[in-house]
Order: sequence, then structure tokens, then C-alpha cells
Amino acid sequence: MPRSTKATSPQPATGSVALLIGTRKGAFILRGDRTRRTWKLSTPMFLGHIVHHLVLDPRNRRTILMAARTGHLGPTVFRSTDFGRTWKEAKKPPAFPKVPEGQQGRAVDHVFWLTPGHMSQPGTWYAGTSPQGLFRSIDGGVTWEPFSYINDDPQYREWMGTVQDGTPDGPKLHSILIDPRDPAHLYFAMSGGGVHESVDGGRTWTTIVQGLEVVEGFDAANIAFHDPHCVRLCLSNPDRLYQQNHCGIYRMDRSEGRWIRIGKNMPKKVGDIGFPMVLHPRDPDTAWVFPMDGSTVWPRVSPGGKPAAYVTRTSGKTWTRQDKGFPRANAWWTVKRQAMTADAHEPVGLYLGTTSGEIWASHTGGTSWTCLARHLPEIYSVEVAELKR
Amino acid sequence: MNVSIPTPLRSYTAGQGEVPADGTSLEEVLVTLDRRYPGIRFRIITEQDTIRKHIRIFVNGEQAQHLAVPVQPDDHIHIVCALSGG
Repeated sequence: MPRSTKATSPQPATGSVALLIGTRKGAFILRGDRTRRTWKLSTPMFLGHIVHHLVLDPRNRRTILMAARTGHLGPTVFRSTDFGRTWKEAKKPPAFPKVPEGQQGRAVDHVFWLTPGHMSQPGTWYAGTSPQGLFRSIDGGVTWEPFSYINDDPQYREWMGTVQDGTPDGPKLHSILIDPRDPAHLYFAMSGGGVHESVDGGRTWTTIVQGLEVVEGFDAANIAFHDPHCVRLCLSNPDRLYQQNHCGIYRMDRSEGRWIRIGKNMPKKVGDIGFPMVLHPRDPDTAWVFPMDGSTVWPRVSPGGKPAAYVTRTSGKTWTRQDKGFPRANAWWTVKRQAMTADAHEPVGLYLGTTSGEIWASHTGGTSWTCLARHLPEIYSVEVAELKR
Repeated sequence: MNVSIPTPLRSYTAGQGEVPADGTSLEEVLVTLDRRYPGIRFRIITEQDTIRKHIRIFVNGEQAQHLAVPVQPDDHIHIVCALSGG
């Protein structure tokens, strides 16, 4: 673990906000004004494409990268340098190396996750794929290469498993995190395959799963059984991580070196299963989750058809239900791991996209919610674009 | 020879549904196409040089199973998106 100096919490943003929305049938931009009261939805971009992630480059606030495929065509990355007005395809999208004749090689099915590199490394981006692979671009997303050794390492390949070991849509490498204090301090997570950390720019990796539970009856010592759904790093205290896992909600303070299941403090009838995990941009004790029904066959809908976010302001010791504004019943949707996020304003704006194609927002830290858009395709990702600080 | 391009790939060919190409094997034809329409090959052929799961390629009506299939100058190649996607 690197230094334990605290990062400086950024000042609240005051400019206008846009939401970058990836859906099963294309991408959209929902632009808000400075007050976040008026929103305007774009026409669809790449209509019919499956867009897993759409992310703004915070280093220039103009470049957007899009991870896309279609039902038939292979995976690619599109790139816009004018905030979505025009797009060009990557010259060399993420791809595994070709193996010699007679050997079984892997082929990227889809690019699932995009992370801009450290603020000091303009042009650097990371990507996670399914089947699980870690890739990097150092030219702004134009060309991509396998990053680090993990894609071909026998131990990592064992932990990654096969296509049968992941979700119905394939196992995914995700939650690529960069320590804002140090570009060489990286994390990534695999569903399944655990959480991994490098302090030397990806030359070596250490597995950090201590304290995480796995499905009952399986051995937690086997990294392959660990299924992190979404891991987040506190910008206001980069030595603190939060995680929504297949088996609960966790917090890790790096000085302790162990995950604590803070989801045990959630109401028993709701449980602590879900996909997204959202952190406050300035308060390391505040985080949000969006629980789903993970019982029996894993319906993956809001528990009881009553959607609600839950917030902790005590780093997981207590949780408060936040459902004001959401349907009171018969709302059988949920929120995927990349589809809930926060802006950097004060008070913090929260945004989520549902599997039923609605965008909901709260500008009161989650105490009340309003629907900003509906009738979109199934939403895979929602990312905030702060257009100005 | 001519190659029929399915609608999902016509963003690469400026909307053309049929384009000329040359080569002595399917692989050479696709390399030629990719040179002219950068990126088109990877959308239909994996990095392991296999035809993607939901893509079919026919040479004179015969389905090609691999890229080593020889082709002649007067052959007709159809690239087809198989029924899938939803």
C-alpha cells in the first residue's frame, strides 16, 4: 500500500452538467443547465448499437469515448473530440493477441468499462473487456494494447474463468481505479475474480479480498469465487474503498487491509445485494447503494417492486432509505453497476438510469427524486460530465 | 469480384451495398477491404482470425467456414449478418 496522505477534496463544481447515457440501443446525452433544473435530451447516437459505457475525458472536457458493439458486429471504441458532435472509430480497438495455429485464443466480445487515466497522463485510458481483459491506450483511445501481464498469466486466467463462469452476458473486468495522488497506483475488479491492486504501474498486482464473503458453500480462499460488482475509490480519501459485491456491501480502509461488510447494517428485508456503488465527492463517510432482489433465482429487480436508494453518512454504520419520488409499488426495474453516479456540485446531484429506460435525479443528496427522462432503451451506464468547474 | 455488404457495415463503405475487391483467398479479400474501409474487418473477424459468431460469409452461395477459402476473380462474396441481436 502506498502513502497514506489525504488527497485534497475538490471544491464543489458550479458549471452545467451533462449525463452521458449508454443503452442497449444507442447513446444519448442529457444536458442540464447550471441550476440542474432544465434538461434537454439529445437525439440517439449510434442508434441500435449496444453501448456499454460512455465517458468524458475530465482532462479536456471535450473528448468522449464510447464502448460499443451491435448484436452482430464485433466490439469497438468510438471517439469524439467535440463532445459528441462527430465520431471516429478507434484505429485499433482492444483485442487479445493472436495465438499460434492449433491453440485456443480469446476474442473480445465487448468492451465493458472505460476509465480515463491519471490527470498527469493526458491521452491515457484504460479499458476492461468481456471475456476479462485489461487494455490501455496512450493516444487518447485511437489505438489499444493489452496492459500488464494479467491477460495471459496462467493464475489470472484461472481466476478469470471461462464464459460460463460469469453473468449471462459474460464475465467482466471493471472498476479500473486510479489513485488521484499517484498514476502508478491502480486497482481493477473482475466478476468473478476478485479485486486487485498495483502500486508500480501494473508491473505487479496483489489480490485484496480479505474479509470478502463468497457464495455459501464455496471456499473464500479461491479468488475465482469472489464477485465484486462495483468498486469505488474515495477521491476525498483515496485510502478508502467501497464495494458493492455479489455477497454484500463492503468498505476497506487501507490501513486496516481488510474489507468490512457494512451491508450487515442494512434492513434485513431489503438485504445488501445490488450493483452500483456511489460515493460523495467530498465526504468519505457518505455513500449510496441501490439494492435489488438477490434472492432465489436472482430476479434483479427492486425488492418488492419498491425502488429505493440507501445512503450511509457514517461510513456504513447506519443506512437511511431514500425513496421519495420513486414509484411506491409495482416498479420492477433496477440499476446496473455503471448506471448510478454523482456530480460534484453542492448539494451533490445523484443520477441513475433504470433497466426500464428512465433517468432519475436527486439534487438533495437523495432525499427526493424526480424523473428526468423516460422511454429510453434499457440503460447500461450513466456518467456525469462536468462541463466546467 | 464483388462483395455484398450488409446494412450494418455500410457505414464503412459510404452506403454502398456492393463493392469490388480482389485477392486469391477470402483472407486476402478481407485485407483488401480493410485497407479501403479501415476497421471493417475487425467487426466481422475476431483477433483469432475466426468469423464472428453472428456473421456468415458465402462464396458463390457456399458458406465459408474459415478465411483460407480460395476465391476466383469472377466469384461473388456475400457477407451476411445472421439472424440474431434482438
